[in-house]
Amino acid sequence: MSVYAADEMMAVEAARRLDEGAVVFVGIGLPSVAANLARRTHAPGCVLIYESGTIGAKPERLPLSIGDGELADTADSVVSVPEMFAYWLQGGRVDVGFLGAAQIDRHGNLNSTVIGEYDQPTVRLPGGGGAPEIATGVRDVFVMLRQTPRAFVEELDFTTSVGDKVRVVVTDLGILEPRYGELTLTAVHPGVSVDEARAATAWDLRVAEDVRETQVPTDDELHALRSLKTKGKDL
Amino acid sequence: MIVPLADAIRDLVRDGDTVALEGFTHLIPHAAGHEVIRQGKRDLALVRMTPDLVYDQLIGIGCARKLVFSWGGNPGVGSLHRLRDAVERGWPRPLELEEHSHAGMAAAYAAGAANLPFGVLRGYLGGDLSSHTRVERVTCPFTGEKLAAVAALRPDVGIVHAQRADRQGNVQLWGILGVQKETVLAAARAIVTVEEVVDELTHRPGAIVLPHWLVDAVSLAPGGAHPSYAHGYYDRDNEFYVAWDTISRDREAFEAWMKRHVLNTADVSEYRRSLDEAGVAV
Repeated sequence: MSVYAADEMMAVEAARRLDEGAVVFVGIGLPSVAANLARRTHAPGCVLIYESGTIGAKPERLPLSIGDGELADTADSVVSVPEMFAYWLQGGRVDVGFLGAAQIDRHGNLNSTVIGEYDQPTVRLPGGGGAPEIATGVRDVFVMLRQTPRAFVEELDFTTSVGDKVRVVVTDLGILEPRYGELTLTAVHPGVSVDEARAATAWDLRVAEDVRETQVPTDDELHALRSLKTKGKDL
Repeated sequence: MIVPLADAIRDLVRDGDTVALEGFTHLIPHAAGHEVIRQGKRDLALVRMTPDLVYDQLIGIGCARKLVFSWGGNPGVGSLHRLRDAVERGWPRPLELEEHSHAGMAAAYAAGAANLPFGVLRGYLGGDLSSHTRVERVTCPFTGEKLAAVAALRPDVGIVHAQRADRQGNVQLWGILGVQKETVLAAARAIVTVEEVVDELTHRPGAIVLPHWLVDAVSLAPGGAHPSYAHGYYDRDNEFYVAWDTISRDREAFEAWMKRHVLNTADVSEYRRSLDEAGVAV
C-alpha cells in the first residue's frame, strides 16, 4: 500500500464523488486538485468552470489563481464575469459547486468573512467572493475543509453562505453528510478513529450507525494526482 | 489620444473620487495604480471585485478612505496584510468597507454600464452579508418573486489594462475579460493602459474592442499589469504573489518596498528595472 498525505486523501475522496459529465464550479486549492483529478481518472468529461469566466478548462498543471492564463487557453469558452454569474451560475447550469471556509456549523453554513464582530473583527478574512450565490445557485455543494475544533464550530461568527445545498463535507479525517437534519459523520479515512473526528469537532458530532471507512487511494489515483501536482507550484 | 500615464492620472483622477481599477486576475492595471500612489491621490473610494496586490498597496500607502469589494485576498496565497491592517487596526487610516458578493458586484457593474439605477439578481439569500451592505429586496412585477437589488456602480474613474491599442486609441483585449468592459462603460471617465500601440488592430479570436470615443485616455505601459499578466505577452508572476505575503506583512518592510520600487521610480520601466536589481522574481 502506498503512503499518502491527508490532503491527498481529501482530494481523492472528493474526486470520486464527481460524476462523469458533471459541470463543476471550482475554487483554487483542494477543489481544483479534486476536479482535475476526477477529469484525469474516472470522469474525463467533467466540465471545470472557474469563476474568472473559463468554461471547460483543461489545465495541464494546477493553477495558482482562478484566472491563470492556462485556464483561458484550454477552455471551451471564456465569458465575462457578469455573464458567468448571471447566465451560467444563476441560470442553473452548474451541478456541483465547491466551497471552503474558515468556519462551518452543523448545518453546513459557512463563514469566510470575519472572525469576531463584523465591524471590529479580530481577523478580517478575504470574504465571500462567489460563495453566497454558489451556495444557492448550484444543485449540490461540496465542502472541503480540514477538521479542527476552531473550524467546526457550534456557532459561526458570520454566516457568509447557507448550508441548504451542502451534500458532503470532505475533511482530512473523514466524510460528513447531512442526515437527521444535521451534518453527520458517515465515514472516517483509513487509520482515523471516530473519536478523533469527534474530538476535532466543537459541536457534539453525530455519527452514523453505519459509519464506514473510506477506501485508501489507489495507485492509479495517486499517480494521476501526483503527476498533476508536480507540474504545478506551491500546491 | 495616446498620452503619458502620468498626465492621464493627473488630469482624470481627483482626490475624493470613486475609482475602479479592474481586471479579474488578468490585466490588473498595476502601473496605473502605482502612478496614483506616486501622485499622492487621497480620500479615494476604491472599487474592485477582487482587491489584489495593487489595492493592498493603495490602501497601505494611505490613498483610500473606502473600499467596495467582494473578495479581498491574495489569490492562492492568503491574506492581503495591508487591507487587514487597515480594517483591523485602522492603519494607516480607517477604511470604510462596502462588501458584496461577486454576483452582486458583477450585477452592479452591468447595471452601471446599462445606465440603470440598480442591478437585480437572485442572491444575498440567507446569510449575514445583506444586513451589512447596500442591498435591498425587490418584488418581480410579473411573478412576485423576491429578488436582490444592488445599486448600480458608477465610478468617477474606471481604469483597466489591455493588450494593445491603435494610434486613434481604439483598445483591444482578449483572454479573461472580467468586468473590464462594464467598468469602462459604467465610469464617467475611463483610462486604459496598454502593452503596445500598433498601427492596426488585427483580428484576434475572442477579443473585444473598446472604441476610442469610449475612453478618455490611453497610455502605453508595457509590463503594466505585473505581477498580474497580459495574455499573449507575459505570464502571471506567481512567485511575486507569494513574495508579497512577506513584503506586506510588516509595516516598515512594506513602506521600504514601496519607497524603493514605486515612490522612487518614475514609471513602469523603472519599476521593473528596480525589481530586477533587487533580485525579485519578475
